[in-house]
Amino acid sequence: MKYGVIVFPGSNCDHDAYHVISKHVGQPVDFIWHRDTDLSTYDAVIIPGGFSYGDYLRAGALARFSPVMNSIKKFAQSGRFVLGICNGFQILCEAGLLPGALIRNRDLHFICEHVYVRVETNDSPFTNELAVGSVLRIPIAHAEGNYVCDDQTLEELRHESRIVLRYCDPSGNITDSANPNGSRDNIAGICNRERNVLGLMPHPERACEELLGSSDGRDIFRSLAATVAAAV
Amino acid sequence: MKAKVYVSLKPGVLDPQGKAIQHSVELLGFSGISDVRQGKYFEIALDGLDQSQAKESVERMAREVLSNPIIEEYRVEIE
Repeated sequence: MKYGVIVFPGSNCDHDAYHVISKHVGQPVDFIWHRDTDLSTYDAVIIPGGFSYGDYLRAGALARFSPVMNSIKKFAQSGRFVLGICNGFQILCEAGLLPGALIRNRDLHFICEHVYVRVETNDSPFTNELAVGSVLRIPIAHAEGNYVCDDQTLEELRHESRIVLRYCDPSGNITDSANPNGSRDNIAGICNRERNVLGLMPHPERACEELLGSSDGRDIFRSLAATVAAAV
Repeated sequence: MKAKVYVSLKPGVLDPQGKAIQHSVELLGFSGISDVRQGKYFEIALDGLDQSQAKESVERMAREVLSNPIIEEYRVEIE
């Protein structure tokens, strides 16, 4: 089992992701520069958070044109696993691997705080070790995390159980006041139709050690590790 | 030849920056403002293309790079 962490100019959560895979998942992991295109030896790749290309034009818009993105599309089509966190989620939407878009937070602030998200489905490689309805405490850190999509897309996401995580209160209730950024339907994370690509705004890699305030993020990586182990 | 591209949020897409600008403008004493929407403006200098080639090429840039069709619309002018 081998993991890769994609590094764009401006990525800044790449080391956190690397640390979690090497220390908590305990598997080999490489940094992959965005100009590299050979992903043949990897089973899962993480597109980490940060500010690829300085968020110029739109968050994630320019990273879409990096050489590695074509390889990631083929990698995803081959059924291997792609996890996009924060800026990684924005890049996956811009690249068309996930539907919808992430726009400015409702109140314009850059929000950096721990929030609660509810697991909406465990039929995903990233949540299959979790019970539906579990509440995770994970930090967010973004200015553009307000998920938007059209009515038809939302209906498809619901119908196909592709909304994986939603912002909630500590008891798991989905409320407007628990929605930090104005995301449609409190959406914090979605997967593709084939379910092997997940994008989420919260940072599970920053929630893997109690010292950092929460270790709930480990369950996401534990799920991914179990799936990858079963698939290899 | 110069191309001008205007990218704006589609009607109905929340524009919190526009709202904040409207609020600031109103604080300055301007009244009668019903809405402010913020967009992007690009100037692209072009060489060696005729008018229709330039239009086609810039339309494609606007569609595939400068705007995100999920949330934005664009308008191209060639001078």
